[in-house]
Amino acid sequence: MSFDWSVIFSNAKFLLLQGLVGIGVYGGGTLRLAIPAILLGFVIGIILGLARMANRPWIHYPAVLYIELIRGVPLIIVIFWFWFLVPVIIGRPIPEYWVALTAFVIFEGAYIGEIIRAGIQSVPKGQVEAATASGLSYAHIMFDVILPQAIRNMIPALVTQFIVLFKDTSLASIIGMMDLTKAAQTVSERELRPFEMYLFIAVVYWIFTYSMSRVAHRLEVRMSPDRRP
Amino acid sequence: MFGLFGLSYEFRWSVLWVDPHLTWLLNGLSTTLRLAAISWIIAVLLGIIFGAMRTVSFRPAHAIATVYVEFFRNVPLLVWLFFWYFGAPEVFPEFLKQWFIRHGIEFWSGVAAISIYHGSRLAEVIRSGIQAIPKTQLEAGLSSGLSVIETYRLILIPVALRLIVPPATNESLNLLKNTSLAMTIGVAELTFAARQIETYTAKAVEALTAAALIYLVLCLTISMIMNKIERKYAIPGLIARGTGAEH
Repeated sequence: MSFDWSVIFSNAKFLLLQGLVGIGVYGGGTLRLAIPAILLGFVIGIILGLARMANRPWIHYPAVLYIELIRGVPLIIVIFWFWFLVPVIIGRPIPEYWVALTAFVIFEGAYIGEIIRAGIQSVPKGQVEAATASGLSYAHIMFDVILPQAIRNMIPALVTQFIVLFKDTSLASIIGMMDLTKAAQTVSERELRPFEMYLFIAVVYWIFTYSMSRVAHRLEVRMSPDRRP
Repeated sequence: MFGLFGLSYEFRWSVLWVDPHLTWLLNGLSTTLRLAAISWIIAVLLGIIFGAMRTVSFRPAHAIATVYVEFFRNVPLLVWLFFWYFGAPEVFPEFLKQWFIRHGIEFWSGVAAISIYHGSRLAEVIRSGIQAIPKTQLEAGLSSGLSVIETYRLILIPVALRLIVPPATNESLNLLKNTSLAMTIGVAELTFAARQIETYTAKAVEALTAAALIYLVLCLTISMIMNKIERKYAIPGLIARGTGAEH
């Protein structure tokens, strides 16, 4: 078996522009899916994390149920679910991109919610008591006292989760969305060069995830209590 | 009946327990469990070896383990599945390739991808467990006349394994859920079976719900058992250690 690495260069434009970025006739794109999914997942995660900590049972229990149900099921099942269910509910099929985005936000929101909860619970109780004693409202306590400290504590776990989400976007290729994985699959079927193709996209994914993990590591070091003045 | 905007979907749950659909689901479940069990054992071994190697000061061992962990855990499992199924067999020697083809190459490619990927993630869990042990333990072991390997085998790794029960459980459940991706390379596991039922009956919601419930029951059962184990093997005097959610 001899290798032919030139297959990467001759298909680089399709792989990177169409597959990675999402510019081209097929739509899709790993980055075009990952970035909104991370932002929206974060928003849903904050809502779920706060809901799970709420005292009112009708807010608390639905959030617990949602988080535990989603966390017990593989992502691919959630994606398939939306893929089959959405056309039934709205009466017409929607593009794979939107199915994937919805499924990711719903799925990752549950995981981010747990991180948010752990971060909030890591804030010392005395802070809440002090804020309450100073006469601040719940919203003030949450947004001006607890969340700024909590977010600092949860940044490493959050970045790790964003890396996971970035890797998970490859699952959109299973329902046919043209992302980096699907692009590599298409090229490898045409050129019959699976070894070179999959190794190449492994490196492309790695460049993104590894740089994210370096950022996370740096934040972790900078924010660890021993380094704080 | 369930309908919105004039469109209707008729639930027919009975498709799940008529044959051959029930047989497909049960066979799928058994393949999922077999795939998860074999991959888990290999992943744990890889995790212990490379996780321990990342904590030693011997540079070549540290470097090899770091390259393994950082490369394999940072690339999507799906890419690894395609790589081990479509790509890697091309470079295998002919006899090895023939052996794999005769013994179900989909399954063993799945085992390779899942165990090597999750091995790298478990290595990180085990490394953090070992690093949580005070350095004096290593020094005490060495000064009692144990070799480095003996100190790891007899003192550090057993203590680390007790410390990391919660994150290791989390990671093991991820492995179980991630076996669902093996359907993409044609392993007839649980998700594959659900899709097959959907193809034959057009009852997607029922089939996917059945698979989801089975995964849910598996995950809940394992995490309940592991909670018991965690309490039983908790090291006295230490607060239960929580970990970030990751999958």
